[in-house]
Amino acid sequence: MEGRGHSVCSAYALTVMERSENMMRWLNQGRNRALVFQVALMLGTMLFFFLIGANALSNLEQQGITSGFAFLSQKAGFGIIQTLIDYNESSTYGRTFLVGLLNTILVSALGIIGATVLGFIVGIARISSNWLIAKLAALYIEIFRNLPLLLQVFFWYFAVLRSLPLPRNSLHIGDWIFLNIRGVYMPRPLPDLGFTLLVIGFFTSLVAIGILFFWARKYQEKTGKELPVFPLSLAILVVPIMIIWCTTGGPLHWEYPSLQGLNFKGGMTVIPELAALLLALTVYTASFIAEIVRSGIQSVNHAQTEAARALGLAQRKILRLVVIPQAMRVVIPQMTSQYLNLIKNSSLAAAIGYPDLVAVFAGTSLNQTGQAIEIIAMTMAVYLTLNLTTSWLMNKYNARVLLQEL
Amino acid sequence: MAVVHTPHPDLPPPMISVGVVGWLRRNLFSTPLNSLFTLGSLYLLYLVVPPMVNWALLDADWAGTSREACSGEGACWVFVRLRFLHFMVGFYPESELWRPVVVFGLAGLLLLYLLLKKLPYKSYVAGFGILVFPFIAFFLFYGGLFGLPVVETHQWGGLMLTLILSTVGMLFAMPLGTLLALGRRSSMAIPRGLSVVFIELWRGVPLITVLFMSSVLLPLFMPEGVRLDKLLRALIGISLFQSAYMAEVIRSGLQSVPHGQYEAADALGLSYWKAMLLIILPQALKNVIPGIVNTFIALFKDTTLVLIIGLFDLLATVQASFTDSKWLGFSAEGYIFAGFVYWLFCFSMSRYSQYLEKKLHTGH
Amino acid sequence: MKKYSISTISSIVTCLLMLSGFSVQAGTLDEVKKRGTLVCGVSTGLPGFSSTDEKGHWKGLDVDGCRAIAAAVFGDANKVKYAPLNAKERFTALQSGEIDVLVRGTTWTKHRDTALGLNFVGVNYYDGQGFMVPKKLGITSAKELDGAIFCIHAGTTSELNLADYFAKNNMKYDAVVFDTHDQAAKGFEAGRCDCLTSDQSQLYALRTQLSKPYDAVILKEIISKEPLGPVVRQGDDAWFNVVRWTFFAMINADELGVTSANVDAMKRRSVNPAIRRLVGLDGDKGQSLDLPDDWSYQVIKQVGNYAEVFERNVGKGSALRIRRGLNALWKDGGIQYAPPMR
Repeated sequence: MEGRGHSVCSAYALTVMERSENMMRWLNQGRNRALVFQVALMLGTMLFFFLIGANALSNLEQQGITSGFAFLSQKAGFGIIQTLIDYNESSTYGRTFLVGLLNTILVSALGIIGATVLGFIVGIARISSNWLIAKLAALYIEIFRNLPLLLQVFFWYFAVLRSLPLPRNSLHIGDWIFLNIRGVYMPRPLPDLGFTLLVIGFFTSLVAIGILFFWARKYQEKTGKELPVFPLSLAILVVPIMIIWCTTGGPLHWEYPSLQGLNFKGGMTVIPELAALLLALTVYTASFIAEIVRSGIQSVNHAQTEAARALGLAQRKILRLVVIPQAMRVVIPQMTSQYLNLIKNSSLAAAIGYPDLVAVFAGTSLNQTGQAIEIIAMTMAVYLTLNLTTSWLMNKYNARVLLQEL
Repeated sequence: MAVVHTPHPDLPPPMISVGVVGWLRRNLFSTPLNSLFTLGSLYLLYLVVPPMVNWALLDADWAGTSREACSGEGACWVFVRLRFLHFMVGFYPESELWRPVVVFGLAGLLLLYLLLKKLPYKSYVAGFGILVFPFIAFFLFYGGLFGLPVVETHQWGGLMLTLILSTVGMLFAMPLGTLLALGRRSSMAIPRGLSVVFIELWRGVPLITVLFMSSVLLPLFMPEGVRLDKLLRALIGISLFQSAYMAEVIRSGLQSVPHGQYEAADALGLSYWKAMLLIILPQALKNVIPGIVNTFIALFKDTTLVLIIGLFDLLATVQASFTDSKWLGFSAEGYIFAGFVYWLFCFSMSRYSQYLEKKLHTGH
Repeated sequence: MKKYSISTISSIVTCLLMLSGFSVQAGTLDEVKKRGTLVCGVSTGLPGFSSTDEKGHWKGLDVDGCRAIAAAVFGDANKVKYAPLNAKERFTALQSGEIDVLVRGTTWTKHRDTALGLNFVGVNYYDGQGFMVPKKLGITSAKELDGAIFCIHAGTTSELNLADYFAKNNMKYDAVVFDTHDQAAKGFEAGRCDCLTSDQSQLYALRTQLSKPYDAVILKEIISKEPLGPVVRQGDDAWFNVVRWTFFAMINADELGVTSANVDAMKRRSVNPAIRRLVGLDGDKGQSLDLPDDWSYQVIKQVGNYAEVFERNVGKGSALRIRRGLNALWKDGGIQYAPPMR
């Protein structure tokens, strides 16, 4: 402000010196300096990316490397051992990408479920009143979270699963399940026509249960009375399915695996690469989740349980209405971050040949086509999308928690 | 006559609630369910522990210089013993071995000095450790000065490489992470936006893809003729990746500094950078030391992934040794040894971070 | 902040560039000469082709290819720095200039030769994809492998050939894909798959690594053409010529019967004009290649002719015991043939 007044008064008398002094003063004002800094930063960033892009283009051109996304519609010409959608050697690289993506999602989803269940069990065991159980849980946690995940993947794959017998000497449960070095072979359900009806019935029941919960809550708020929600919802779930099952005469039969020639045919197969990766991811992540669960439960103040008891709440309700909601506040954000880690860690598949996105797409496809920039960018974009969605939700949640504490 | 009431002395508690028996009852057999759990766990231990001890210790072979020394009953630690040097430094030339020994000896002494309580001039030692020591270490490892023969980076390997990757990654990630954390909390839109994008981008992708990128794409982004060493490229990838995680840890530290501190710094008329460097960051960083140690542990474990881009860290060196046709079939021993080394480092660091957490907690 | 951050970043960048010792690319030959070492991309470990002994010394047919180039350029076969690469990273390493030449059992295909910015120099090993199966399965032909599981090394032409072969014969298969050769071999040994498939030479090499090598048999059938050879970057003809003629010198020496043992005597006494040109006594010597005049003499003296290199690493003198077959000279019924040195 002062500077501007000055310059108006004696505009003609300004020497060059004063002018630059003026400039400095203008710069010294916080807001102006911030502006200059931001513009410079923006330009710098743009310049940086421009240079990188220009370098990449000139390098590609000079070395005669093909670029562009046309390869996605070319024939890939190699087989993949586990595919959730139709795929064969004449499918395109675009299809390969999808197969890899689905395999990544499969192992991540199974891993998240497994790690959560195991993590909760170990976490609760860790604070068990049974000394031996608590110590064993502590031992588990300290061992597995302090070992590199890749080492664990190798251990399961190269040391444990490699000691299973050959197909001819499979370990088996009756004629249904076979276990050998090439995987677990299980019967595959083959749905008949009536099966669609069953699925529809199942989802309708789920919706009905949702409505029941909502209504029961309204009812309780109005009258103070509780409805037996749990038995009711169980009935809603089971009864219609039973009826459909009986009327359609069991709309499901099974295809059993059997040893034909060199290998088992038919049924479902869990390949050892999937099993090893899944085991490692589950065991590793569970050791972190266990600690989160423990610290979550222990973070709930004792005064809270005492107050709840003073209000005359039953033990079961203290847990459900007082302890767990507060523990969850600590647990959920950290669990989300563990889930994110698990999704990212599933990329270790590449080390043992489980055909996930990194192995199939950023590995084999990259090698066959040589189009590194496009393929790595696509791979990174997939993980980013998976993770940013979750991360965004988590930040929202975090903001809400912070607000409540202020 | 005054009746003096002398109460009968307290009976000792019943036998079954004190001593060993009492402890057992309280901690192992308090309820039927608990007893069942205890017995189940004991059986599990019986199944696992004795065979393992037999294999790893009692029946194991320790002495000898060749495969014949291993009878085949228990573990063959001869394999690990003979390969020990290789596991530690990879293909670092034998005649130059004193160099890594000196570097790690010095590093150990520095660390010891910093961890021991009540020693003077700690900040100078720390400054030396962070600003000067890495250069000394680099020139000792690489050579080329004062008549030391050059040891190319592709000969570096084993535990030495693991430690180099993790500490150098950390060293670069600290300042970069601090800048990013400050940027993310800045009131200016552009630095904030750029920091958020940078942090979320790197945190959103797996380290493997980052390493792929640094090994496959980075060369394409360089101007023509500029070539980066393979190790250096991996280090760049790891540092950028790590700085994003570091930024989030430091940001939580910045959040934990009370608003009054910011306001007081403003009231003193300190500029932004003075306020940050002298008032806010020291407190923020102190608060998150455990977090920083935990991030370091994560990085230390993650460095194993470099084997996928063909660098020979500890795990890769151990795995490569399995292909020696004279020593086939000792992969379990190798993995266990590697696991033990990693575990030792990670466990002691995590204990240290827990100890710090407790120590820092007393202030509240 | 501007001051701080820019100076920090620029100092970091300067540091990094200093560490990397960056250099401006002229011709590869000039650059190699200036550097004083050849950077050669080899396999991470394949007995007979490129593998390290306990002391970290590299050995093998491909490694000798690298050594021959170093002998031609520097007169010293030991001035080589080896860059072990897996199949995935080999082409980028060459494209980016990290290595000067790739000698890593790389199959010459149209796509690689034209779309990846690479040039194949020649064929140092004529190979074909084969199958290795456990002896106890009693399999004698690949046609019996319907429904089998295969172990393969990721990112190789083997993956594609296998798919072609099974599609052509209307058979089904599953492929377990491993990151390195020896992981694939380990998988086969443990029984993860019924059959290991790769270039046949590699099967022989990998068989030596099994704990019971003779429990596995290599089927006679070959399902593809796999011409393996050294690769250089496209568009650097001077360097291309050096690598190509180094290799041709070794074949010519084989044909003319010049070995590392008799090359000195030949140089002194031989009157055969072809031999005199080969050992650098007559003709244009090293001039047109911009190499020392005794370049081919050094190659033969320090590394040997093609036959020596072959027999030492993969043939009679090795554990692999591969017969020359297609790799015999043209006059012995093979197809190794080099243009004359004239």
